[in-house]
Amino acid sequence: MNILLNNSPILILALPLLAAFLIPLISRINKKTVGSFSALVLAISLVMTIFLAVKVITVGPQVYVFGAKSSGLTLPSGLSVPIRIMFQVDAMGIFMGLITATVSFLGAIYSLAFIKNQEGMDKFYSLLLLLTVGMFGMEFTGDLFNFFVFLEIASIASVALIAYRGINAGEPAEAGLKYMIVSSISALVVLFAIGIFYGEYDLLNIAALANMIKYSQLDKIALALLLPVLAMKSGAVPMHMWTPDAYSEAPAPITMILVAASQASLYALFRILFSLYNVSSNTLTAGWIIIVFGVLSMFIGVTMAIVQKDIKRLMAYHAVSQTGYMLLGVGVGLAVLSNPIALKEYGITSLEGGIFHIMNHAMYKGLLFLTAGALFFRTGTRNLNKMGGLAHSMKYTTIFFIIGAAAIAGLPPFNGFASKLLIYESVYKFNPLLSIIAMVVSILTLASFVKVFHSAFLGPKLPQFNDVREVPQSMVFSMAVLSCIIIFFGLFPDLIVDNLVHPAVMALVEQVKYTGTVLGGM
Amino acid sequence: MIDNLPYIAVAIFIGLGIYTLMYKKNLIKIAIGICLIENGVNLFLITLGYRKGAVAPIYTMAPSGQSMVLPTPQALTLTSIVIGIATTALILSVVMMIYKHYGTLDTDEIRRLRG
Amino acid sequence: MKGMSKIVKTVANFVYGFIIIFGFYIIVHGHLTPGGGFQGGAVVASAFALALVSYGSVNSQKFLKKDIFSLFESFGLTLFIVLAFSGLGITFFYNFLANSGNWFGDAAVIGTNPGNMNTGGLIPLMNIAVGLEVLSALGVIVLVMAKGAEFTRKKENS
Repeated sequence: MNILLNNSPILILALPLLAAFLIPLISRINKKTVGSFSALVLAISLVMTIFLAVKVITVGPQVYVFGAKSSGLTLPSGLSVPIRIMFQVDAMGIFMGLITATVSFLGAIYSLAFIKNQEGMDKFYSLLLLLTVGMFGMEFTGDLFNFFVFLEIASIASVALIAYRGINAGEPAEAGLKYMIVSSISALVVLFAIGIFYGEYDLLNIAALANMIKYSQLDKIALALLLPVLAMKSGAVPMHMWTPDAYSEAPAPITMILVAASQASLYALFRILFSLYNVSSNTLTAGWIIIVFGVLSMFIGVTMAIVQKDIKRLMAYHAVSQTGYMLLGVGVGLAVLSNPIALKEYGITSLEGGIFHIMNHAMYKGLLFLTAGALFFRTGTRNLNKMGGLAHSMKYTTIFFIIGAAAIAGLPPFNGFASKLLIYESVYKFNPLLSIIAMVVSILTLASFVKVFHSAFLGPKLPQFNDVREVPQSMVFSMAVLSCIIIFFGLFPDLIVDNLVHPAVMALVEQVKYTGTVLGGM
Repeated sequence: MIDNLPYIAVAIFIGLGIYTLMYKKNLIKIAIGICLIENGVNLFLITLGYRKGAVAPIYTMAPSGQSMVLPTPQALTLTSIVIGIATTALILSVVMMIYKHYGTLDTDEIRRLRG
Repeated sequence: MKGMSKIVKTVANFVYGFIIIFGFYIIVHGHLTPGGGFQGGAVVASAFALALVSYGSVNSQKFLKKDIFSLFESFGLTLFIVLAFSGLGITFFYNFLANSGNWFGDAAVIGTNPGNMNTGGLIPLMNIAVGLEVLSALGVIVLVMAKGAEFTRKKENS
């Protein structure tokens, strides 16, 4: 038991990786057990992530060095910079890790019924486990090149999963191609920026680099290269073209996990801006660029969502718009980072709102995508004009959809209200116009979800949907767990903000704690 | 000036790759464009490790007492080449799937997802 | 696709074994000379591609089977992860065989030397695992693409 706890940063990744490699061997013996096997492994990962979260929040950031004599030995005898690859889990990393663990476990359980006895089922589960490993690696690592490798692992696994239904239809293959080209280009530009850092400082470790960075001309070029491509991977406007296609053509549980993967790229952007550069860069300019990305994403996302006919494409545009909220909150926090009075007054609150919105968005957007998948599973269509009157036959799905739609629109007592209120209050003190745009976008979000609810669920029962029943048990289980989390976060938001979100924000803002863990108490 | 020649080659590779991605319509040419950008970035990584008058970092066949080129960028480049092979294989497989459904490789006729 | 002429088939018969042996030489000596798991695996896979091109995709199905390659790929991957787990008593990926006197356990020599293959610890074993995996994976890729080409030619000619 002690071995498990001490090595937990790596076992959270290594057990799904071992399972992903064993699944082709298991499926030769017995084809039907691969789904339950992968759900079991992801459940073990979820339990270990919760234990590690308790340890990180009570004790402090954990470091795990690969291949050293002991797991905390960052600077072996006599050296002054860390050499080996290490995982560094602080409060922000474990916050994203909790989101990833929950979302992939519920996605695997949902897939037990959604992908049952289809051809290539073993490859589906193997790729799902690889995507989870890639996301965990992006969130736990403390080394820049290691981050690039895990980013590519997650991209390649998700392209193969998006094009999964391409055996029978042509559109998923086109969506997969677009996503592969976009993620290839962004990963290569990230590698170019890592090359610039290595050529200038001869270091690849984030904490060691943060100690030495000087913001010379080359560092400005690296920041200017990294900021747009990491925003492109998370779906910010004006680089959002891949988001509607990829999110709508993937199978429903994979879309939920893809949302978490886009948020892992957003986490990497925040980690580079706050822990690597911090006040050495020009935080006002960088903050305003992120605020502009955020406001554009919010507005364009929701206006393009109102006119859609395909239910998953509509929800994908809403995902773009909600990413704008996160960028707005964190951008305001970044812009006042060098100004201690403003930081204490509203900067920390806006950072808390942005970061809390990441977790809320993963939960309610995941629930909405799962209900859209349930509708597709029973009716065979995603077009809103062809659906109607489904509330008579699918009662549980209707209730879960109402909970998800109320959460995304920001109605109390669901969790969207808590994080949006934090963002509105603090951004108003920075610049009132931005806050008013955010509130207008929230009203338009509610309008488009009323439209979806009316088209799909209300109305008389249509004759071609006469024998539509409720979806199977495992799908109802996943949706029910997400609804319970949404209601719990909405009723007790200060529990979550004090225990999870506030340590994460302070871990981002204080760069000294990040470098001190690795370089030994400077 | 002669020392900067690899960096000029990197700029030419990446420029040609971006031109191919933006202006060509055949899907195989787009895959080749991505390969060009990737080759440019790999060349950039290897050139960073060069030291003047040094030999390859192999103990088995080096003359003794001479300085060696940095080996770490070579490990980074090797990892990047492996990832590039996986990317190229996946892009070509998806192109094969598109050809099987639509019968053409022209991007103007394949676009069905709009709006 | 169709096979090539008699001259190509004869030379491919002769050269096939040498390419595979050279590939394994690169894999096993990865800790002394340039090379290692991935490079050696790619060389061996080029031998499979040579056999595929010179004999044609229909005839080469008799001695290059996709299922066996897939099985070896899973073996190679599982062996790599199990080797990484085996040092878990101290840390993950810990090289417990280096400088210890057993298998691959001689002390590492710094400076110019003719090269002792018995050094390195876990590194040559991981090279072999990765080499096995890469040669099977590239073999599967080449075989699947050849089958796709055959399907397309049937569709275009009908």
